[in-house]
Order: sequence, then C-alpha cells, then structure tokens
Amino acid sequence: MTRQDFSTLKINSLPGPDDITRVQLKNGITFLFRPNLNSMAVSIGGYIQAGSIYDPPEKLGLADFTTSTLMRGTKTMSFQEIYDSLESIGASLGIGCGPHTAGFGGKSLAEDLPTLLKMLADILMNPVFPKKDIKKVRSQLLTGLDLRAQDTNEMAMLEFDKILYKDHPYQNPSDGYIETIQAIAVQDLADFHKRYYGPKKMTLVVVGPFEPEYVVSQAEEQLGSWVNQDQPEAMQVPEMPAPRKTVRNHNVIDEKSQTDLVVGTIGPSRSWEGYYSALLGNSVLGQFGMMGRIGESVRKEAGLAYYAYSALSASIGPGQWMVVAGVAPKNLDKALDLIKTELKNFVDQPITEEELRDVQSNYIGKLPLSLESNAGVVSALLTMEQHQLGLDYLQNYEKMIREITPQSILDAAREFLDPDRLVISSAGPEL
Amino acid sequence: MQFKGTEKISSDEMEKSVSRSGGTWNAFTYLDWTTYFETLPADKIDLALELEADRMVNTTYDEKEVESERTVVISERQGRENDPDFWLSEAIHNAAFRIHPYGHVIIGDQVDLESIQKNDLQEHYRTYYSPNNALVAIAGDFDKDKMLKRITNLYQNIPSGDDPSRVNRPENPQRGEHRLTVEGPGETVLGEVAYHTPSASEPDFFPLLILDSILSGPQGLNLFGGGGISNKTSRLYKRMVEDTEVVVDIHGGLPATIDPYLFSINFILHPDSTTDNALKILDEEIQRLQDSPPRVDELKRAVKQTQALFAYGGESITNQAFWMGFSEMFASYEWVTNYLENIAAVTPDDVQRVAQQYLQPKNRIVGLYQPHKKGNNNQ
Repeated sequence: MTRQDFSTLKINSLPGPDDITRVQLKNGITFLFRPNLNSMAVSIGGYIQAGSIYDPPEKLGLADFTTSTLMRGTKTMSFQEIYDSLESIGASLGIGCGPHTAGFGGKSLAEDLPTLLKMLADILMNPVFPKKDIKKVRSQLLTGLDLRAQDTNEMAMLEFDKILYKDHPYQNPSDGYIETIQAIAVQDLADFHKRYYGPKKMTLVVVGPFEPEYVVSQAEEQLGSWVNQDQPEAMQVPEMPAPRKTVRNHNVIDEKSQTDLVVGTIGPSRSWEGYYSALLGNSVLGQFGMMGRIGESVRKEAGLAYYAYSALSASIGPGQWMVVAGVAPKNLDKALDLIKTELKNFVDQPITEEELRDVQSNYIGKLPLSLESNAGVVSALLTMEQHQLGLDYLQNYEKMIREITPQSILDAAREFLDPDRLVISSAGPEL
Repeated sequence: MQFKGTEKISSDEMEKSVSRSGGTWNAFTYLDWTTYFETLPADKIDLALELEADRMVNTTYDEKEVESERTVVISERQGRENDPDFWLSEAIHNAAFRIHPYGHVIIGDQVDLESIQKNDLQEHYRTYYSPNNALVAIAGDFDKDKMLKRITNLYQNIPSGDDPSRVNRPENPQRGEHRLTVEGPGETVLGEVAYHTPSASEPDFFPLLILDSILSGPQGLNLFGGGGISNKTSRLYKRMVEDTEVVVDIHGGLPATIDPYLFSINFILHPDSTTDNALKILDEEIQRLQDSPPRVDELKRAVKQTQALFAYGGESITNQAFWMGFSEMFASYEWVTNYLENIAAVTPDDVQRVAQQYLQPKNRIVGLYQPHKKGNNNQ
C-alpha cells in the first residue's frame, strides 16, 4: 500500500452518509467502508446467506461444519499455507455460522489489507475440502459436542431453543448432534458450498486508514468476479407463536455444583416497530447497573446468583426474550420465583420516569464507546446493512432512544412477556 | 464489597451513576493485584475519579451485605466448578506452590468463603486499600496538567496507611516432576503441563514470551478487546493437532506476575489418542527447541504478531490505561513502552537457552482431567 493523502476525506464523529461508502460490486456484493485515520490496523467483516437454517434435518450442523472446513485448503493453498500467510503477518481471519448467515471477520495491520482480502476471497470461492482434513475437523467437532453435553449453560440454552421454537427452523443447534455430524459426508460439504456460497445478498465491510477508492478497488479486484448462477434466494423463516402454557424442562448433568437456568419466551424481531421500547425495557428488567431489576432481586437482595440477567435476542426472524441465571441446585425454585415476580411486575406497571431516564442516557452515552475500535464500527455497519436501518441510523439513534416512553415499554413488554406462558429450561444435578 | 457503597455514595447510586453516563465499570482480582476500572465519555471522567477516591477508604461494611455477598461469591465459585478446567487448574496450582500463596485459586476455597467474617474483610481493606498502595492510570482525551491537578486535589488528602508487607514466601525449587490426576464426569480428557518460570521483571521473561509464541502461539496483553491471532502455525499445534492428531486443540500461556509463576500448556486429548502419546510428542517438541535454536523467521513472525496485537489492542482506550497500570504492578510503565523493543531484541540462542533452563521435567507439573471410568461415576 502506498501512503495516502487523507486531506480531502470528510469524517464525522458518528459514522453516517457523509463518510460511509456503500456500493454494489459488479457481481452484486454490497460493500461498505468507513475510514479510521487514527488506526494502524484494518478490520473486515461480512456475511453470506449460508446459515444453519439451510441444514437438512438428518445432517444438522452441515452449515457449521462447512464454515469449519473452508480454511482447510483451497485450489492453490494448503491449510498450513493459508495460516502461514495470515499468522506470519499477525493477521487473523475466521468464519462461523449463525442461523441465517455464515459470518466472517478478520483484521490485519493496514498495509496487509490486500493479503487479508485475497485470503478471504480464496477461502470463500475456492475451498477444496480435503478428505484427510475433513476427518480431522470432524473429530474436533465431535469433541466439542462431548464438551457441550457437560456444559450446563449450553445445555439449558439448547433445550430452551428446542422447546421454544418447536417445529421452527430455529429449533436446531447450529453445531448439530453427534449422529448428524457423523452422517455428513465430504461431498455434502462441497455440495453445500457450491449451492449456498455466492455473492447474492452477500455483504462485506472494511474499516481502516484508507481512501474509499483504494478499498473499493481492492474489494472489486478480489471478490468482484465471483459468480454462482445457482445460488438460491435467501430463505424466509415463519413467525413463531408464543408458548400456550408454561413448559418446564430439566436436563440432568451429574456432579455439577451449579444449575443453569433459562426462562423466557418469543421476543421481537429486529425489524419490529417497537424494538427500541423492548430494548430499553429489557435494560431496566435485567441489564442496567448491576443487571437491572433481576440482578437487584436475585443477586443483590437474595444473594442467590453470581449472574442473573435478562437478554433480548432480536434478529431476522422471531427473537427471544429471556432471563438467565446460574444458581446452586437447592436455590433453583427460589430463584425462579423471584424471576417470575419481576416479570409479573414488569408487565403490570410501567417503569418509572427515573428508570427510563437512566436507560436512555446509558444507551445514548455508550454509543461512542461501542464505536471506538475498527471492529466495533464493522459490527455497527453490518447490523445497519442486515436490517436495512439506513446509513443515517447512528446519527438518528439518540432521537429514537429519546422517543421511548414508559408506556411504549409497557406495551412492548405486554406484547411478548406473559409470566404464565414461559419456557423454563434448566441443566444441572438431578432435582 | 467495594460495590456496596460508602457513606457519601450509596450502593444504588454507585451502580447507576456510571451506567447512566454511558460508561462501563467493573473490577477484578488477579494473583498480585485488584483493579477497579471505568471507561466513560471524556467529559464524565470526574465521576470515576471521585468514586474511586471515595471507596478507596470509605466503604461501609454492613453485616447483612456481607452475608448476601458471601453467597454470591460462593455461586461464582460453583459456576466455575462446573467447568472441568477449573478442577484441573486448581490441582495444578496446589501442586506447584506449597509455600507461596499462588497455590490458592483466586476465587478462594469453599471453606474460606463460608467462614470469612466481616472483620477479616475490613482488616484486608484497611491493610491494602490506601493511597500508598494504590496506582491510578488514565488514558484518553484530556489535558494532562488539568488532569494531574484534579487527581492531586482528590487523592492527596486521603490518609496514607502503613506500607503493607509484601509477600515474601519464595517457593523452593521443585525437585522432580509432579504428576496428578483429577477425575470427573464427561467423555473428554484434558491436560495441563505447567513449568515454573521467573517473574515478569526478570530479563528471561521476554525470551520466554517468544518461546511461548513459537511453541503455542502469540498471546498479547489485550484484556479489553482487540482480539487474538490464531496459533495454527505454532510448533505444538502443527505437530500435535495437525501432523500426529494426538490432541484436538492446544494453547499456552505465560502470565506476567510479581513473583515467579508458571508457563502452562493446555490441551484437549484426541479421543483416539492416549495421554502417554500426547505427552511423548510434546516432550519431543520441547527437546527439539532445547537441541537447536529456533529459525530467524520464527522470531520475526513472533515480533510481527506482537506488533499487530499491540495495534489491535491500542484501539481500546481501556487497554491503553490497563497496560500502564498493569506493568507498574511488577515493573514500571516502561515495561510496556519498551515491550516491542525487548521482544525484538530476543535472539534464537536466548530462546534455546531458556528452553533448556526452564522446560525441564523436574521443573514441571503434569495434570490430567480424566473422565470416570465406566461404572465408576458415582464417586
């Protein structure tokens, strides 16, 4: 890279239409870039429509297995050569799997951006799935599943998803099960890649100390020629009704000191019009300060748990609104009662004006901190693109947060949370 | 207990004031020190300065709060006990340090967590929480002179205490390899091999960092984001995960401490392998490093990786403040500012020498987490 002249670049404190470059590459890839002249490094991120919702039922974990093998070798490079190229320059590149998309991310020193993009393009476009390597990765995945079976937090969550999303594509764990991982053949990985990996609805984001023209030309050079005529349209997932009654499940894992508990229901998708009310409401419920009202009740007053918080997981399809806690097995019911009481209060009465002011100023104040690193800006730009929030999203953010009221939070809470219709999943020693 | 409030600032106000400003705050205890940290918008920094000046000496210890916090900390320990790694690590520490307090896990033993009294906590607080035993590190967008003036005003009148006595319980040199086994539920065997190593202020620490990077991959000092670099080209990963498939994952670590501590290598055994085989191959790789110095390009890679990790971590203002404070605990802030230079000055011969000196079987503890044998799972 040659040293660049940045004197003509306009950069605001919050990324926006003036300093974000958003273009379509020749083949349709959406490309976004935002300069950060104070950095010596560059971060990249993006996604492809190749997540676990595309897994065949008998081969759950296929999308995840595919992401784990992309870096095992390409038409021109072996596994060791790929990692030699990256690690010898202190770069990192990784790819993982969510429900809808395979997401990738990486970073390097600024001068190594061309290498980073070249490696990304190569692993996405030209993987060869060497048989010997696949065997190795399969062993690693199966060992991961053995460890998962002993992890109370992961098992409580896995069963929670299974019950909450019964018969919905979200019901399955993206890392599959032992028998489904064993059922995946090398050809399945190659076929999955051939079908789902391509530029359609793909997004790539770069943040670092460059001029836009330079970065766009780099992206075009490395990824602009990629085509996949057979790539299907992105899958739409159906809505999911809330549970009709409370369902409780306990997964016995012997010889554990602590039981993990997940209590929750269906939550909003990211595009729901009341999303910000739910977001701020969730902060009051179980995030703000030392984990909001849930933390106050379960941790501070009752001393039952080191962690007890609520979480709102909202993305493309039906989301989750849940409370998570780790408690001594003998205190499980006591903690559950306190959580239910807090949920009941939360849907019975609006939050106070003071609580609203607290979470509003928290969300407005922490925005710049979330954007201090290149990776933070990459993440924000990806969210803006994935959910079509607009390039002026961050600049409008404060106004959106200030428009929330106690009543709109109460409405959002009542739309989703019903203390008598919950999925309660725990994992730990026998009850 | 430091989150339970003072006479001036209630616990509720403490919890909310930083969050209200959009900042983050927390604390953690390490082997040698405890750190309290806030990251806030630049114009709100006074909030943190005042809060820390106040709770340095004015925390109230209420009997009821002590009891409620006791069960929270026990819950924290029990959460960790759910992870097999915790039991293995605890056993390794117990075996490595008979004299020095590094032998205790930081969270504490269950029996102590159950029996510690309010007076014990107050005694600890009075002994260690005083200006003469404290350090303030600040990074960010501010005027240096004004900031120093503000800190002086807030902190200079806090009464000093007696200098607390430093831990002076040097561990005797180990006189032979320790081997231990921890049993528990599950299907997977975990291993940890830990070698006694010198403190971070010793010159040998830098060659050992390079040794760690060559054997098991780069670590960096980024506790507050910045990410890591994979270790797929490190010697142990290449040989043990890729070439011989005796383990499915491996990594190493060399924490910077005031007193001599441990360089550890952790692995997850491949289900088709045996621990004997894994340890044999590990020893062959260590022997290789003892027999001949690493290649120059391996050192160059380690230096470049260190530079990159610094660049990534430096994007976080919290990392920048932490690096200064952290290095002052065992050396001075110059340890960090000279870090890259010292790393780059390490020679292949240095690495070979420290491999020969420290990576000796008699100087190590080998620990294994073994799942119960079938029919033997109710112990």
